[in-house]
Amino acid sequence: MYRQTEILSDHTKSSPLEGDLEGAGDLVINVGPQHPSTHGVLHLVITLSGETIKNVEPHLGYIHRSIEKMCESLSYRQFIYVTSRMDYLSSHINNHGCALCVEKGLQIEIPPRAKVIRVLMDELTRLASHQLWWGAMAMDVGALTPFFHAFREREMINDIMEETCGARLTMNYMVPGGVMYDLHPDFQKRVKEFVEEFKNKIGEYDELVTGNIIFQNRMKDVGYLSKEDAISYGCTGPTARGSGVSCDIRKLYPYEVYSELQFDEVIETGGDCFARYLVRMQELRQSLSIVEQLIDNIPEGDFQAKTKAVLKLPKGEFYSRVETARGEFGVYIVSEGGTTPYRIKFRSPGFSNLSTLNHMAKGYKIGDLVAIMGTLDLVIPDIDR
Amino acid sequence: MTNEELKIKLTELVPSAVFEEGGEWITAFVDASNWKTIAQQLRSNEDFKFDYLFCLTCIDWKTHLTMVYHLTSTIYRHSLIIKAKLDRNDPEIETVSDTWRTAEFHEREAYDLFGVKFLHHPDLRRLLLTDDFNGYPLRKDFEDPVNMIKL
Repeated sequence: MYRQTEILSDHTKSSPLEGDLEGAGDLVINVGPQHPSTHGVLHLVITLSGETIKNVEPHLGYIHRSIEKMCESLSYRQFIYVTSRMDYLSSHINNHGCALCVEKGLQIEIPPRAKVIRVLMDELTRLASHQLWWGAMAMDVGALTPFFHAFREREMINDIMEETCGARLTMNYMVPGGVMYDLHPDFQKRVKEFVEEFKNKIGEYDELVTGNIIFQNRMKDVGYLSKEDAISYGCTGPTARGSGVSCDIRKLYPYEVYSELQFDEVIETGGDCFARYLVRMQELRQSLSIVEQLIDNIPEGDFQAKTKAVLKLPKGEFYSRVETARGEFGVYIVSEGGTTPYRIKFRSPGFSNLSTLNHMAKGYKIGDLVAIMGTLDLVIPDIDR
Repeated sequence: MTNEELKIKLTELVPSAVFEEGGEWITAFVDASNWKTIAQQLRSNEDFKFDYLFCLTCIDWKTHLTMVYHLTSTIYRHSLIIKAKLDRNDPEIETVSDTWRTAEFHEREAYDLFGVKFLHHPDLRRLLLTDDFNGYPLRKDFEDPVNMIKL
């Protein structure tokens, strides 16, 4: 599977033997595909001059499963299950985006109870995803303890998910028309316990990591991304909001009950790793507040709208987008009127966010690269699809 | 701008544009050979300011390929879909990676999976598949008896 890179062959061309001293002292190293800091099978070919990064070239596709092709032979009920396997840390939100797109095509209005359950699940997923990111981020820059703290709290969310959805990672809980089952009777109690617990813990997170001077030195003024570049590179989510771009789909194009909720779009203008870190820490608090607003106000009623057993989308094109923990997730369905999509495209946030890596890392030291990658919050299956 | 205003403005800019009805956003077919200049106009024109390319993909219609560009403006918050028909046997279109930098990766993906050649692309290589891979998997006539499981 290893590919000889063009950088390597180009590099030999400009060797000192040919009298071209440009790039003579450069070192080309491979990070990954198996490397703890890449959070999955991502392969980076890095050209270094001393310790300074001259070029980073990501090589993708180690877990490319061609999900888009697979979806072309799956029905509108089936294809949603495959999308849990893309961004496995936001699987609820991926399912949500797909369900929304199918509902848009069928013009189904889903019951209010299903809407609230969906938003609750989305926000719990966002919390779990950001918790994992926080632990992994701190681990990337050398602090091992936060990882265990983060997983301790994340475990509570996983248990809640397990009770209601029957799964801890690939939930497949959202279906066109609503959600698959009703909430577990203990759901509200368990979520309230979690909210109480995490409210105290989030202060500890800040004490342990955010205020730590060593951590701040690793993060501040590293991996700068300007607002214009963030937009041009198609960055979304906390990566773009750390550069001052307003891009929260929940605010700009509200879906479900987000327009009725009180929450802020977190925007930092620093543009460096620390700004992106702060955005995610603030988002933890915002998500917690959304969960608190909704947990006692789940309307009674159906959890699923009545839909036909076999779904057929009318001929046309449908695009829906949701805000995952990593940014804007878009689903583009082209339908020919049949039971399966003619073409489906997933616009995954990680793919666009990764494309900035070379731009962001250039000129910084190799040690900064893991900090930059950490704040991009990459999930590789989401990028490779 | 509303969809109607966009439509009028776009007709002024590209008189040959053909509009497709029925979608959520204005959908315009443009000629592939003019795409580069149109893209730069859409990006820089004060009325449009489409600075964010949020989706770039290709569709195989068996007789031809269609490139689809989803654009939005982060200033005015209006959106637009641009489509361009390409010859299936020799699909070629100008790159827009210098207009929207996100296009560089998305175009490499479209080249990889559909075989669309983006002219003047800075680094047009396969992105997800191996360099020695034969064929373009997302085309409708692609067959792979080893790795593909038919349902």
